[in-house]
Amino acid sequence: MSQTITQKIFARAANRKFVDPGQSVWLNVDVLLTHDVCGPPTFDIFKQEFGPDARVWNPEKVVVLPDHYIFTANEHAHRNIDLLRQFAAEQGLPNYYDVGTERYRGVCHVALAEEGFNLPGTVLFGTDSHTCTSGAFGMFGSGIGNTDAAFILGTGKLWEKVPDSMKFIFEGRMPEYLTAKDLILQILGDITTDGATYRAMEFDGEAVYSLPMDERMTLCNMAIEAGGMNGIIAVDTVTEAFVKARTSKPYEIFTSDPDARYHSMYRYNVEKLEPVVAQPHSPDNRATVRSVAGTPVTKSYIGSCTGGKLTDFRLAAKILKGRKVAVTTNIVPATVLVASQLSTETWEGQTLRQIFEEAGCNIALPSCAACLGGPSDTVGRSVDKDVVVSTTNRNFPGRMGSKNAGVYLASPLTAAASAVTGKLTDPRDFL
Amino acid sequence: MDTIIQGNAYVLGRNIDTDQIIPAEHLVYSLSDPEEVKMYGKYALSGVPIDQAGLPEGGIPFVEEGCFSSPYTIIIAGPNFGCGSSREHAPFALKVAGAKAIIAESYARIFYRNCVDGGFVIPYETEHPLNKTVMTGDELSLDMENNTLTNLTQNVIYQLRPLGDVVNIVQAGGIFEYARKNDLMASSEA
Repeated sequence: MSQTITQKIFARAANRKFVDPGQSVWLNVDVLLTHDVCGPPTFDIFKQEFGPDARVWNPEKVVVLPDHYIFTANEHAHRNIDLLRQFAAEQGLPNYYDVGTERYRGVCHVALAEEGFNLPGTVLFGTDSHTCTSGAFGMFGSGIGNTDAAFILGTGKLWEKVPDSMKFIFEGRMPEYLTAKDLILQILGDITTDGATYRAMEFDGEAVYSLPMDERMTLCNMAIEAGGMNGIIAVDTVTEAFVKARTSKPYEIFTSDPDARYHSMYRYNVEKLEPVVAQPHSPDNRATVRSVAGTPVTKSYIGSCTGGKLTDFRLAAKILKGRKVAVTTNIVPATVLVASQLSTETWEGQTLRQIFEEAGCNIALPSCAACLGGPSDTVGRSVDKDVVVSTTNRNFPGRMGSKNAGVYLASPLTAAASAVTGKLTDPRDFL
Repeated sequence: MDTIIQGNAYVLGRNIDTDQIIPAEHLVYSLSDPEEVKMYGKYALSGVPIDQAGLPEGGIPFVEEGCFSSPYTIIIAGPNFGCGSSREHAPFALKVAGAKAIIAESYARIFYRNCVDGGFVIPYETEHPLNKTVMTGDELSLDMENNTLTNLTQNVIYQLRPLGDVVNIVQAGGIFEYARKNDLMASSEA
């Protein structure tokens, strides 16, 4: 019987040869990810259900990456970090990345990739909806709540319904004005925010395989914005080179059978696509940048798990080089590594950091920051009727802080071009 | 588990995401400390734009200013309820505020799992766009044995979609209770 990649990964994790979409199975979990917002309540439930002296099923497989509310004076947020620290010490968790130490990494989905936790063929669950980002590595990654995570902590397994798969094929050569963010916003406009609910979104085609891992992660990151259980891209030489440079752990590569059954297929020619934004207040409210060009913005924000990776800043620098921003522009590197790369990576003879500083941007410390609003003192948080052009992944009402603000989701090229003019601007005006 | 839930309706639109159910700035409170837990009741559904809060007219907060619980027990909503982040604080907040069930046209996966596995609120699905006919404040009766919803104010009965496979977890009260009954609590590596 033929199967998709996602089915094959489910079959492996459920110790079966074949699984059918719609069937519920128990999966053995390879990695459980948690962070400072959902870790403490997860640990509470674990102790309550398995007993005060219970031990996690496998300390090596639990990865704790605080990233949400890090640079804030909020005392409750600090207490959550203390609770993570305490649990990690008590359980002897080797993969805890403590705040305020050299081990601190930043945004969990990007750090997982950097630290070599993303392995083809494996099953990752995380207490964060953007856990689907890791699907870029030919693996299954999906978000869950605290109760499910506590169940995994004690047992190493979880029930899940085998998803139907949808396939999205991107053909052609990527034009320089187009990014992975434009591709996923294109899809969201076509299938809407519940167009992939409970399904796998498989991305394929020569344009996808021409993208670096950062960009593939952006595609998979926003599968959840269509309601997807996971996003997934088959492994190629780019994936293997990235993984092997970071870990020597063994892994298994799965590919979809040629006659595997799909719920639906979508084909795009990237050479015919245009830069797009998602207008307030939904990620599926798509418009071409040209059709809304000239709309005034009050802030530009380049950061988060989907838009704060090295590739995102390389793209933004191409436009910001030698120019000045017209509105407050926050550059928020996802991780400590990305932040350090801003000082080493160059574009036309200047480091990215120099380019951003000379353009008048504010460079913040690595964390989730204002992507989800956060405590009131969070860098970049929207206020009043702010209109933000942002490389983040969600723009429902109030997402970046203020209920009265509007957020336009955009590629780093569009966010940078709009920062320069203070109005929504197609990046082709500068390239 | 009671098989009948009776109470007043609170009506919402489509795509109610978890930031509207409990805005991210409030996620710092403990989910186990009894005093702090009250804050989740206070801020439940506080992120919904006020003109969309309590349809059809809007302008009705789920929880009144200065209160920690809601007078509404059954939430009626359109498609894709609970989309967005994975925060279990969302169904938790609805429960703390006093909600017992939601009847929506569809749910986002993580929110749905959290409702069922955490045993917080019962997520029923319906093919009827009930948020177009039910009005905030209507008195409703949800019969879980027969999967029906009666609008006592308007004197109409609707058939709901059965809970399906998850009914056993809902009846047990959550994934842990279900797993204990079915001997599923052992570690995969034990």
